[in-house]
Amino acid sequence: MKSLAELQAIRDKAKAQLNMRQDNPDAIRVLVGMATCGIAAGARPVLNAFTEEIAKRNLTNVTVTQTGCIGICQFEPVVEIEVPGEDKVTYVKMTPEKVAKVVNDHIVNKNVVTEYTIGANS
Amino acid sequence: MRELSLNVMDIAQNSVRANASVIKIDVTEDTDKSTLEIKISDNGCGMSEEQVKSVIDPFFTTRTTRKVGLGIPLFKMAAEQTGGFLSIESQLGNGTVVTAKFISSHMDMTPLGDINSTISILIRCNPDTNIVFTHTVNEQSFTLDTNELKEVLGDVPLDTPEVMQWIDDYLKEQTEILYGGAL
Ligand SMILES: Nc1ncnc2c1ncn2[C@@H]1O[C@H](COP(=O)(O)OP(=O)(O)OP(=O)(O)O)[C@@H](O)[C@H]1O
Ligand code: FES
Ligand SMILES: [Mg+2]
Repeated sequence: MKSLAELQAIRDKAKAQLNMRQDNPDAIRVLVGMATCGIAAGARPVLNAFTEEIAKRNLTNVTVTQTGCIGICQFEPVVEIEVPGEDKVTYVKMTPEKVAKVVNDHIVNKNVVTEYTIGANS
Repeated sequence: MRELSLNVMDIAQNSVRANASVIKIDVTEDTDKSTLEIKISDNGCGMSEEQVKSVIDPFFTTRTTRKVGLGIPLFKMAAEQTGGFLSIESQLGNGTVVTAKFISSHMDMTPLGDINSTISILIRCNPDTNIVFTHTVNEQSFTLDTNELKEVLGDVPLDTPEVMQWIDDYLKEQTEILYGGAL
């Protein structure tokens, strides 16, 4: 059974590493469009795939979060990636299968996956 | 939507946008009566009576200045097609309660789906919002209240990977107990 005592232990362990994570100005942001149309098009499994892949690779400088209507329904699920100091990149028609490549190529190795971007799909 | 849990994610998004600091989600299943009730309550900006009317029935409104929202009409349709209903209680400045009731034995019932995934994402993406999730199946229920977790966690954020893992495991375990007891 999951207990609060267990959560306490997690806290104590996490506290030691806390300073590393907090307010990191170099943090990369992954924004998943979660308006009605995004959710209907499959945004939830895409968001889950990002958090899983990022946890698996132990990337502590990446935050995954939701954003509202991006205004391009026909391209949903849409994911925006913001790397500090670089132009925002918009990936369209995302699937959980595409996520590992985006994390590996773009987030880790800083090479935009052009074929998944809005430019290559419109 | 393929799952009601996706509608819940969408409706909760309205609460986030209404600047709610507390969002309560109650999922209540009665397997004998074949009913499912989903209630999403928030303490956000609320709506006027006129606004509620136009949101529930977007074609009722005479206003044409804003695009018609889809979230609530879709949820309403999912409820009504089972013989259920959707209602909204809202007060400007106080908050909103959206209640949807489903007849789960109906042919056109949409499955609840992965509600835990919805709750987990909601917590991860809105760590400053107090999320209170209660899942009831017949007489049994459990509640996950992020404020209670925060009391334990102190300044360790909810979206720490190990904490999110604990939350996911907790939800999974409690749900198994709920359904285990019911079936
Ligand atoms: N909990 C709430 N608190 C305050 N206002 C709300 C709430 N829920 C809905 N509203 C109002 O009702 C409108 C319609 O909601 P609805 O979810 O149907 O569409 P939407 O959010 O505008 O667009 P979308 O199609 O992306 O969901 C919202 O724009 C908002 O003004
Ligand atoms: S409503 Fe589809 S992207 Fe905004
Ligand atoms: Mg909405």
